[in-house]
Amino acid sequence: MLLTVSTTHRPATDLGYLLFKHPDRVQEFEQSFGSATVFYPEATEERCTAALVLDIDPVRLVRSRPRGTPDFSLAQYVNDRPYAASSLLAVAIRRVFSTARSGRCDARPELAATPIPLEVRLPAVPCRPGGEAGRDLLRRIFEPLGWEVEAHDVPLDETLPGWGPSRYLDLTLSGEVVLADALNQLHVLLPALDQAKHYWEAPDEVDKLLRSGGDWLAAHPERDLITRRYLGRRRALAREALTRLDELDGRPGAETTDGEQQEEQAPAWRPLHQLRREAVLDVLDELAAAGATSVVDLGCGGGQLLADVLARPAYAVVAGADVSAVGVLATQRRLRIDERSLRRTPDRQAEALRARISVFQASVTYTDERFAGYDAAVLMEVVEHLDPERLPALERVVFGEARPGAVVVTTPNADYNVRYPDLTGFRHPDHRFEWTRAEFAAWCDGVAARTGYTVERRWVGEVDPELGAPTQLGVFRRG
Amino acid sequence: MAESRPLGVPAAGLVLLVGVSGSGKSTFAARHFTPTEVVSSDTCRALVADDAEDQSATPDAFDLLQHLVGIRLRRGLLTVVDATNVQPDARAQLVALARGHDLLVDAIVLKVPARVAVDRHRASGRTFGRTPVERIVERHDRDLRRSLRGLRREGFRRVHVLDGVEEVEAATVVRERSWNDRRELTGPFDIVGDVHGCASELRTLLERLGWELERDDAGRAVGARHPEGRTAVFVGDLVDRGPDTPGVLRLVSGMVAAGTALCVAGNHEDKLVRALRGRQVKVAHGLEESLAQLAEEPEEFRERMTAFMDGLVAHYVLDEGRLVVAHAGLKEAYHGRSSRRVRAFALYGDTTGETDEFGLPVRYPWAQDYRGSATVVYGHTPVPTAEWVNGTICLDTGVVFGGALTALRYPERELVDVPAEREWYAPARPLAPMVPEREPGALAAADVLGTRWLDTTFGPRVKVPEENAAAALEVMSRFAVDPRWLVHLPPTMAPVATSSRDGYLEHPDEAFEEYACAGITTVVCEEKHMGSRAVAVLARDAATAERRFGVTDGSTGQVVTRTGRAFFPGDLGRRLVASLTEAAAPLFERLDTDWIVLDAELLPWSAKAGELIREQYAAVGAAASVALPAAQEVLDAALARGLDAPALTALADRTRRRTHAAAAFRDAYRSYVRPTDGLDGVTVAPFAVLAGEGEAYAATRSHRWHLEQVAAIHGHPLVTPTRHRFVDLADAGARGAAAQWWLDLTAAGGEGMVVKPADDVPVPGDGRRVQPGVKVRGREYLRIIYGPDYLDALDVLRNRHLGRKRDLALKEHGLGLDALARFVAGDPLWEVHQRVFAVLALESEPVDPRL
Repeated sequence: MLLTVSTTHRPATDLGYLLFKHPDRVQEFEQSFGSATVFYPEATEERCTAALVLDIDPVRLVRSRPRGTPDFSLAQYVNDRPYAASSLLAVAIRRVFSTARSGRCDARPELAATPIPLEVRLPAVPCRPGGEAGRDLLRRIFEPLGWEVEAHDVPLDETLPGWGPSRYLDLTLSGEVVLADALNQLHVLLPALDQAKHYWEAPDEVDKLLRSGGDWLAAHPERDLITRRYLGRRRALAREALTRLDELDGRPGAETTDGEQQEEQAPAWRPLHQLRREAVLDVLDELAAAGATSVVDLGCGGGQLLADVLARPAYAVVAGADVSAVGVLATQRRLRIDERSLRRTPDRQAEALRARISVFQASVTYTDERFAGYDAAVLMEVVEHLDPERLPALERVVFGEARPGAVVVTTPNADYNVRYPDLTGFRHPDHRFEWTRAEFAAWCDGVAARTGYTVERRWVGEVDPELGAPTQLGVFRRG
Repeated sequence: MAESRPLGVPAAGLVLLVGVSGSGKSTFAARHFTPTEVVSSDTCRALVADDAEDQSATPDAFDLLQHLVGIRLRRGLLTVVDATNVQPDARAQLVALARGHDLLVDAIVLKVPARVAVDRHRASGRTFGRTPVERIVERHDRDLRRSLRGLRREGFRRVHVLDGVEEVEAATVVRERSWNDRRELTGPFDIVGDVHGCASELRTLLERLGWELERDDAGRAVGARHPEGRTAVFVGDLVDRGPDTPGVLRLVSGMVAAGTALCVAGNHEDKLVRALRGRQVKVAHGLEESLAQLAEEPEEFRERMTAFMDGLVAHYVLDEGRLVVAHAGLKEAYHGRSSRRVRAFALYGDTTGETDEFGLPVRYPWAQDYRGSATVVYGHTPVPTAEWVNGTICLDTGVVFGGALTALRYPERELVDVPAEREWYAPARPLAPMVPEREPGALAAADVLGTRWLDTTFGPRVKVPEENAAAALEVMSRFAVDPRWLVHLPPTMAPVATSSRDGYLEHPDEAFEEYACAGITTVVCEEKHMGSRAVAVLARDAATAERRFGVTDGSTGQVVTRTGRAFFPGDLGRRLVASLTEAAAPLFERLDTDWIVLDAELLPWSAKAGELIREQYAAVGAAASVALPAAQEVLDAALARGLDAPALTALADRTRRRTHAAAAFRDAYRSYVRPTDGLDGVTVAPFAVLAGEGEAYAATRSHRWHLEQVAAIHGHPLVTPTRHRFVDLADAGARGAAAQWWLDLTAAGGEGMVVKPADDVPVPGDGRRVQPGVKVRGREYLRIIYGPDYLDALDVLRNRHLGRKRDLALKEHGLGLDALARFVAGDPLWEVHQRVFAVLALESEPVDPRL
């Protein structure tokens, strides 16, 4: 991968002083992932260009990676690291130009602090999804820093024009910028654009970000975006970084907003998932009033419903099942019933927890004796994730074999989808179908008739007189 | 000198040694039993307290002892308890343990004078804390004397008392197998369902099965013999309701006496015997017919038949434990066991104690839950047709009610039946299937979750770790097709041993060498299509799909990926199945089957992997196509301005080489990209016919055969032929020509080839561990796997630990063949599914609990 930095400041060869790299020499720096070479393809009074070529051997990169390397692409022999401007290049910039980045220049101290005409070229900047959207992102990120952005599409495969542009852009930045700032910006922005780091993010990652980005990042209009992308996987780190950037910027803290919170600002409006949960809880309360004391949430996901049910003492036994083993572990941790949390809980309390709540991995298409014996079962937004031909298996497993006293089923109402003008296809990419009101009614009635339940249907969400509500709910009671 | 007394102990069951401390129990145990059969209280005390003499540890030691004994008994092992056992409650707990596992328990009492025991302790220096040895032995001796009187009433089958040192010394032990344990009989068997006095139908059936009847002077059938030495097995209920109970008894008892038949007791024999013995029984359900018919027979005959029926065993374990015959079936935990409840189960079934609206007992459908490995054959409950349920089959097809008399040929698993000559007796309720509305797709989480060991016929024993099973459950539940279609998943294939040839990572020579070393004489080299591996399960029509796969939604097949997903959604998938079924019509004809499973490659690669190609391969190529020329440009400029450094020259050279490599890499993936629109442009290259009705060809036929079969459908536009050539490994010229063929193939953009034995077929239990096939991939193709520049890193890549992959390939191959063989044999879905699931689990990344 390649980075070139050119200047037309006179004498242009002063660039050598600023970078602490002599224009007539070729310098090599060994990195753990390959070698970095710095040299000058042109060095005249009028124009001087420094090039950093990073030579990465992907085979050795794969072979030398420690276990549990976070960046999946590094585990692949075929990856773009040798070509694209990535976090590896950011690391090389930090190491090779460490003095220049600090702004120190004993030979030309004023020059080091002065904006000079610079041109930076990065031939393959990963910037999903590429094309016009990628170009737009580059502009939003670089223009506020005083750069003029020129970015050309890189076609995915020029012999297959139907495939369109790749996620890479051939980027040239030009502007009057302090060289140390330019290097620090690249150090932060390249990984943020790449969204894949080759190393684990430790807590000191925030410090690194603040060191390189402190001044200019705090005031950047896309500060939140850059911080989140830079600290990608670790949301807690991103929050910490944003708070500290607020302090730098003199703004009051805690203005960090998640998208979801913004949507919830209108007090009367509540998101559909919350309405759905409340509707199911209403049914569970009715069932509890009729004597139900145990419930199993089939397809419990993150356990939000379980947490709400736990707050209802009427339910003495609460269980959640989900097909995702990783999800089950995360939910156990969230509810503090994973083995590690329970070991730290006093004995009696742990015993009580174990007796009251359990979360386990299971599938609603496999008969499971752990499903048996509950007064109520919940299938909230589950059926539409099964292929239609697997529904008889679910019917057998839940209604035929587990036979809880009552089953609460919710699923989207496809009739209502016309109310979502932007929606193409289904509401979720994993939905295998979405039922109209008639289809849901037919399924409910069929199941009830075949398995000896009675069914009552309800709406969840605002009811449209023509279309019904966004979500349909069925309460099955064992006959 | 005392005479040697052979003591009979149950071959599977519990033996308590009873005797004072120092009576010589451990010596006795060591002499007559293996060390693992003996569980000693001293050993348990040492295990829990580090001190065999620490009496304070006795309660914990006894807990451990009971636990060990319990596990051994559950597994049906002879277990000898070496403890004093002089106290009644200690014995009672162990007797209850044996009873709980439905096993017999014997006691062997070692009666040795107290003085001898004390002397032995003195000689060995053993102590009991501060208590004098005399006091201990005295107390034991007192307990023992008190026990001896009532010992026989404590639930032991036998109590052997060895009186005095000499008798103890002289005793010998024999292991007595239980009456029901006839595992040494391996058949072949003709197992006959409930006869109920239908003598004429029985004679007809035996003759249909090839038996020759023996008749007495009056022309009555009194025995039968099969010219091929087969053994008949009767599932009981020979008597009652029908027209000629004496005739049936005469024939069957004659066969049993002659050793050509076995017979288990049915509930009707049980009751008839009680009636004949003059006990008070309610005369119903056809008993009156038997009593009337037998009343006309001579007294001697009646007595002989009573003795015959009374001596019938409730169930038999046959064929090395692979076959169990019991009148009303038997759950796995009861196989080979003896107790009242085992007998009751075998005779009457798993009754709930309630009766239905017809006054007949309600039976729990135990077969639905059956997961045992032994085949269970039974009768008792009349069913319209004999059907396999989880490896069990009911042969009572109600001949006496006007149905049929059915026999099962074992191990052939063929059903032969003879219709009733008339309705001899009106049924109390209409014949109904034993398991009402059986859901053929019923699978249980317990079948697949958790760590599991699976034995395979054609491969090694396989361990499926729990964390892999967890990952597979998610994939299987969320993405795989209906498991009823999933009768096979293709195994992974190992690459050839790494080549040391300059510029090559893989080369045919190593494949030829590997097979030559394994003693294979001819191999076949098959072109490896670069597409997506596909398994096509095709039924001729919806009726076949329902009959053979239990699928009732009208679909007639599935084409699935390596992970069991459908290749195309909805209608496209159905159209692919339909076209492929049409294309495969000649195979259905040739093989005389109405369903087949094909192993194939679906082409082009881009049809299924388009997203992967664009995201992974094309994107890398795109980045390289701009980055490398740009770097080249600045390097050339630097060299042109006279910068002179060896590092720069070397970097420029390397960059130039990389530019070429990147171009070659893009060419490599481009050869597997063809535009497709729906199914237009998609073809299938079948290379094996895995299975069809009655035969799992993958396990029984050679690759030469498979290629001959698929050649029959090569004319069809949907089918891409698989180019191949056979290579005689002894012929160096042929090897060289095949290597050249591979070079040409791969130079033209081919992925490579697969080398397999041409004429060998899998051998069950074969431990040779020969790879079923190895892939030899082309030089250019490998750029897609190892990266554009891999040829510059061969030194590193050659060190590529193939062991795990080769091991996995063997295991998955064994599982895949087993799944097919089981499906063909009509085994229950869960057994097929366990193996298919295991293949997926082995291919799944385990779920790391630390995540």
